[in-house]
Amino acid sequence: MSNSALLEMRNIHKSFPGVRALQGVDFTLRHGEIHALMGENGAGKSTLIKVLTGVYGKDEGQISLEGSAVAIHSPQDAQKVGISTVYQEISLCPNLSVAENIYIGRTAGICQNWKKMNDGAEKILRSLEIPAKATQQLESCSIAVQQMIAIARAVDMDCKVLILDEPTSSLDEQEVAKLFKLMRDLKKKGVGIIFVTHFLDQVYEVCDRITVMRDGKLVGEYAIKDLPRVQLVSKMLGKELDDMADIQDEQQAYKREEGAVPVLEAEGLVSDAGIKPFDFHIDKGEVNGFTGLLGSGRSECVRAIFGADRVTGGTVKKNGKPIKIAKPLDAMKNGIAYLPEDRKIDGIVGDLSVRDNLILAQQVLKGFFKPFSKAEANKFADEYIKLLSIKTASADTPIKSLSGGNQQKVILARWLLTHPEYLILDEPTRGIDVGTKVDIQKLVLKLASEGMSVTFISSELDEMLRTCSRLVVMRDRKVVGELKGSDLNQNKVMNTIAGGEK
Amino acid sequence: MGATKTNNGNIFSKLIKQQLFIPLAALLILIIFNLIMDPSFLKITLGYNNIGNPVLSGYIIRILDNGSEVAILAIGMTLVTAASGGQDISVGAAVAIAGSVLLRVLCGSNTHPETLQAPIIVGFLVSCLVAMLFGAFNGVLVAYFKIQPMVATLILYTAGRSIAAWVNNNELPIISEASFGYFGGYIPGIPVPTPLIIAVACMVAIGLVLKFTNLRLYTQAVGINESSSKLNGLNPQLIKLLSFVILGICVAVVGLIKVSRNSTINYSVIAKDIEMDAILAVALGGNALGGGKFSMAASIIGAYVIQLLTTTLFKFKVPSDALPAYKAVVVIILVVISAPVVREWFSSMIKKFQTKEVA
Amino acid sequence: MSSKQTTSKPDGMKNGLRNMTDTNLLLTITIAIFFIMYIGAMIFLGSGFRRPQMFFSILNDNAFLIVLSCGLSIVMITRSIDISVGGITALITMCCAVYLDYKGGNVFVSLLLALAIGLAFGLFQGFLIAYLDIQPFIVTLAGMFLARGLTTIVNTNPFNVANEKFVALKNTRVIIPGLGYVTKAGKYVDAYIEIGVVVALIVVVVLFCMLKWTKLGRQFYAVGGNDQSALMLGINVKRTKFLAHLLCGLLAGIGGFVCFLHVGSGAVSNGSGAEMNAIASSIIGGTMLTGGVGNIAGTFFGVLSLSAIKKIVSSAGFDEAWYTGITVAAMLCLFLIIQSVVIARKKKH
Repeated sequence: MSNSALLEMRNIHKSFPGVRALQGVDFTLRHGEIHALMGENGAGKSTLIKVLTGVYGKDEGQISLEGSAVAIHSPQDAQKVGISTVYQEISLCPNLSVAENIYIGRTAGICQNWKKMNDGAEKILRSLEIPAKATQQLESCSIAVQQMIAIARAVDMDCKVLILDEPTSSLDEQEVAKLFKLMRDLKKKGVGIIFVTHFLDQVYEVCDRITVMRDGKLVGEYAIKDLPRVQLVSKMLGKELDDMADIQDEQQAYKREEGAVPVLEAEGLVSDAGIKPFDFHIDKGEVNGFTGLLGSGRSECVRAIFGADRVTGGTVKKNGKPIKIAKPLDAMKNGIAYLPEDRKIDGIVGDLSVRDNLILAQQVLKGFFKPFSKAEANKFADEYIKLLSIKTASADTPIKSLSGGNQQKVILARWLLTHPEYLILDEPTRGIDVGTKVDIQKLVLKLASEGMSVTFISSELDEMLRTCSRLVVMRDRKVVGELKGSDLNQNKVMNTIAGGEK
Repeated sequence: MGATKTNNGNIFSKLIKQQLFIPLAALLILIIFNLIMDPSFLKITLGYNNIGNPVLSGYIIRILDNGSEVAILAIGMTLVTAASGGQDISVGAAVAIAGSVLLRVLCGSNTHPETLQAPIIVGFLVSCLVAMLFGAFNGVLVAYFKIQPMVATLILYTAGRSIAAWVNNNELPIISEASFGYFGGYIPGIPVPTPLIIAVACMVAIGLVLKFTNLRLYTQAVGINESSSKLNGLNPQLIKLLSFVILGICVAVVGLIKVSRNSTINYSVIAKDIEMDAILAVALGGNALGGGKFSMAASIIGAYVIQLLTTTLFKFKVPSDALPAYKAVVVIILVVISAPVVREWFSSMIKKFQTKEVA
Repeated sequence: MSSKQTTSKPDGMKNGLRNMTDTNLLLTITIAIFFIMYIGAMIFLGSGFRRPQMFFSILNDNAFLIVLSCGLSIVMITRSIDISVGGITALITMCCAVYLDYKGGNVFVSLLLALAIGLAFGLFQGFLIAYLDIQPFIVTLAGMFLARGLTTIVNTNPFNVANEKFVALKNTRVIIPGLGYVTKAGKYVDAYIEIGVVVALIVVVVLFCMLKWTKLGRQFYAVGGNDQSALMLGINVKRTKFLAHLLCGLLAGIGGFVCFLHVGSGAVSNGSGAEMNAIASSIIGGTMLTGGVGNIAGTFFGVLSLSAIKKIVSSAGFDEAWYTGITVAAMLCLFLIIQSVVIARKKKH
């Protein structure tokens, strides 16, 4: 392994309205190494990568490749200097053929030689054992195959730097193994690979070095052998280790009253989002959670409970009485609230003010012909801004100009305002700052102690272990187990998720 | 930079950021321009028309009178734009249908009746119902079949005038009853043109609706983020449909005024290109044509700006056929000024200039 | 997913459909419907439709629409729209007519004039849409206003062009051998097409090849399919959008001249409603409004279907104007719904 720097990024700054996404970040990539870029959601990994690939312009800082400064203003520039990228969300054109997606935008000449292109694509697909035909329309491939095609494109570009931004989240084990073999081959050829992932095992399997980021700042760069897992986690989480202790103290062991009727009970519930029928129940004042890998169906389950996807079967009982939930409004009327997984797409109404966002759900419940008066709306807004200490210039500020954490608090306030009996929180801590994460977890426990039932979902297992007294474990869109009491520990949960034991 | 300077800058930039700024500024500029060219521009006189009724006359009255139709349509168009993120291009054709239905009900089978075959209110209600149905047709295509509004309404745009002709077997009924002419002219004893009164009534009605219902909040929420509003218990499809139905009501009202102005109908000419003016009014009002937040007042002012512009051009002997060219120039200037890219460029230029000044 | 395994199996009819690209699927539907319609007309409406000349006169009347629709298809494939082409057509006919008649100018220069007008509009609108990021609908709406207004400023009254060379060109007929018919009086009449049709066919072939076999053509599809992805794949999205509008402007120039050749006069009313007919033709031809899907061959059949149905309606005795309007709208409605249903169903599998 040579030790010369291939890519150097120095003192990179980038801000968005309301957020300082990157603050003076340095990053170095050497020839022929696989370099993990680690950090929690919202740490700034994706922003750093988008700056490197020219999707975002940087506010400050230098980027140099093989010792000479490069100016990258667009993804095209990045491709030209030899940086190719596979993004987390697939960025291919669904209406074009597989072969076109591999070659478009990077070959010279005016004319398109279909035969040559299809042959070339077929060769690449075969060499990487991707189960797709070159002439197939991309849309007709599964997501995993599409991801492999994106990787094939990047690999075929004779790049110097290959960026893989969470490419493995939709791949199965065999596909991951194939990808790793490919990465090692490229490494031998001297290509520098930046690998962003959430799976620690994968980092320790293929990577040589690790750069850790937190809250838009660089934490440090380490050789893999110098940084054991526990330390990596604590570096990623930062000060949070102390706060964890706090929460642990507050958690009271939940005791089920004998013979109590569950607040909500579902049997054989199934929706059109592709989950297997599942049973579920939650008691008064209980905090439980759905856990499983990304895409295991945990969000789809709670969406089915809330009626967000089309429910195709099953029965739901509330406090013992059967109810019918066909659409979100039905659920809301029955005292269920749902904070959705994707804040930007499903949560905030970007251009509307904090006040309007806050009162929206309660207003819908109240009815079309009964708008809140200005005074009432302001009262609610002021009350909850204070209660959840939401940082906003005023209640009139459009919610999109708030930081992620504060946006999430507004959405949370929206649902608290409806005084639900049962609150579903789907990834409430994703992409927000550490302080707010702790606030939200504390709030969940407080609400539960006041008698609210809460379902809490998080990608971060320790958050769930801290807050939930019962975990429903999911794998492959199916409920595979339920853990409580002494079973609630990292190992047991991991094992159940992986399906190692029953 | 000194504190006073930033303060000044703030006030100015706040003023510019106000949505009403552009339409009001345009209105003001046009009025001042007209006043310079003709000091009597704002003068209103009370006279008597040929049948001895008191009427107000003057340029301003004429603008307010003729601008009524576009103003009324702008109300519905604003809602459609906000909810669906697109525009309805079939309103002109729909006005033809509404007018034709109205005449059909009032005239019955006879094309030149001595007396009306039905009370005017019945005719209006029927035409209202028909217009709402056609609005609902557009709305269903947009909301449930997820067809872009402009293209969905292309269907009615193509068929509308034909349907209007078919309703009356391609004949041109004429109504001689004087009371029918009140809606497009003057009610005896009231010197204000009736279309203006109707327009104001519509504005008051929509004002009340916006105040006493959640129409504004729901429409904006659906227009900005459909999936999020769905998860908040709203029914985005229904709200889009509703906006098209409301536009249908506006269409029926405009149909009544248009037909009443002429006492008859010309299927291919009635309300021609009015959809473009209505969309323009919404755009002039600074409302995002991609949907979302809206200001009803700004759209209505936008409508009168268009009428003022038209009247001004007429005053300078611009032939009516050439009007679109001038309108186009105004539109292009406006959209270029309000384009985010251009605004960003401007503000970066100003920043550069300021930093240079400081240095 | 289960659907993945089925695709690799030897496929039946259903899988064949599923493996088809959206573009080809919609194209097949259009062509099938056109032939069913036309053959139906031949059977039920009789003599007129059995003569090949009926088909050729449909072509003659709509050659300019074919050219305009091609331009529309291209901008629609890149997920944009242009509603100014009808206005541009009117402006071109008027400018050319005035130039040829008043100044006694030469026909070739008038062609250049037509192309220049079209390109100027394409350039201007393309710049505003692609680089200033303004909504295409509003920009081209202004373009339409501008073109229509300018037309009347150039000249208000319609008039026929008497320029000899032009009239000679206008009346040039390309005889199609062997497809003529014998009139009741026993006279043999040759089947013919006009020069405009030849131009339109060349345009169709050239554009078909361009969309299929050039980088630029494929980039139109990529940008329309997903412009964010296209950007990530290294395509200059803004330039591609700009070029699409420029090309549409150029085609409006050609189409305008073809229209001028066909009608032989300058008039404000020339090409009125052409933009909507062109959009409708493109949709019927399988161009998706959501971008990224479409085919010039489909557009060609789209224009033919649209024009044929008009002809059929009027030949069937419903010759009053409103029937055509309603039928065309109904047809458009049908195709829009087919598109939305077909695509939604395909997505589900």
